[in-house]
Amino acid sequence: MRLIAENLSGERGGETVFSGIGFALERGEALVVTGPNGAGKSTLLRVVAGLLPAAEGIVKVEGGGDEFPSVASASHYLGHLNAMKTALSVEENLGFWRAFQGEAGLSVGQALETVGLDGLGHLPFGYLSTGQRRRASIAKLLVSRRPVWLLDEPTAGLDKASEERFAGLMEGHCREGGIIVAATHLPLGLEGAKALQMKVAG
Amino acid sequence: MRSLFLRDIRLSIRAGGGALIGVIFFLAVIATIPFGVGPDLNLLSRIGPAILWIAALLACLLGLDRLFQADREDGSLDLLVLNSDRHMLALTVLTKCLAHWAGSVLPLVIAAPLLGLFMNMEPLGIGATAFTLLVGTPAITFIGAAGAAVAVALPRGGLLISVLVLPLTIPVLIFGVSASYGAVADPAPFLQPFLILAALTLFLAVVGPLAAALALRHGTD
Repeated sequence: MRLIAENLSGERGGETVFSGIGFALERGEALVVTGPNGAGKSTLLRVVAGLLPAAEGIVKVEGGGDEFPSVASASHYLGHLNAMKTALSVEENLGFWRAFQGEAGLSVGQALETVGLDGLGHLPFGYLSTGQRRRASIAKLLVSRRPVWLLDEPTAGLDKASEERFAGLMEGHCREGGIIVAATHLPLGLEGAKALQMKVAG
Repeated sequence: MRSLFLRDIRLSIRAGGGALIGVIFFLAVIATIPFGVGPDLNLLSRIGPAILWIAALLACLLGLDRLFQADREDGSLDLLVLNSDRHMLALTVLTKCLAHWAGSVLPLVIAAPLLGLFMNMEPLGIGATAFTLLVGTPAITFIGAAGAAVAVALPRGGLLISVLVLPLTIPVLIFGVSASYGAVADPAPFLQPFLILAALTLFLAVVGPLAAALALRHGTD
């Protein structure tokens, strides 16, 4: 399958943040979006996910089949926020997203082990540290299958070892034919990724 | 969908969920009324159904602002919207409404007979009021969901939601109260207002979630 964006422009509060952005990613390819604060990296990801309307241009997936007909249905979106409930345990949170998002991937236990949180699943999410929360949120990418990962500052708050582990996860995802679009200003350790440099408009 | 329902029920009974806040507010309002109105037992039993309904209506509105705002603040709302190809967004909203109703409003309905005693109501009147509350309060939640979706991005939207939603709940209140009176006062009919109340609930079960889904889809930023 392919993820294609043509001539995208995005707006925030009526002001154009970026324009004329296009890319096409094949299976197994990754795109790293870099740029200074305010360049529109997050806005670009939200436009690609379909959470914000594009001011111009289109985003589409080709060859997703019946399972993943649209970008939204084919994508995991990992934003700044972790989308986990502090009052529920880590296992309950992940179990919910696994059941709700469908296309079950790893089991909750396996996913927690993969991100190095095994043994902490019974704790309320609110008890975890910032880095642990992020790792639990990354485990959310693993419990249900999506070919496209849209990652917004995925490594914010992670320590060195977790960053490396996450780089390994992303490489594994690409090797299995997945597509990654990641916005970051920290090096992600993704080899062979395409790069997109964004500038502050105006 | 079942998982979403269970998650929201769990959240409402865990710490900070606020399932009991509504019941306590309900109790506080009903317990205050006799002090204000005076100890005239006939008067209290006559206005009982109306007071129960108004207090229940206000208690319903109390927790509505958190319906989508809590999900928005932690980013869950983005993922709920993102999954709208798999689960139609209106159905997701309907599920959240049902969970909210079961978690926060059903306790009000269960507490209503007890509070009816405070108002010196006779058993038939208490039963009729509790029954009309059971049938009518989902309608309030469905209208409230549309209001909550419109105000989801506003930091202090709670009062705005109440102001938006209250006028729309007036028909539910009118038919709920008149059905409750119909069961006790003889010439007044029970069945007709009750059926209209049931129809309102069914109608709003469709319109409310659709409107809320539309507002949520355009409200993401």
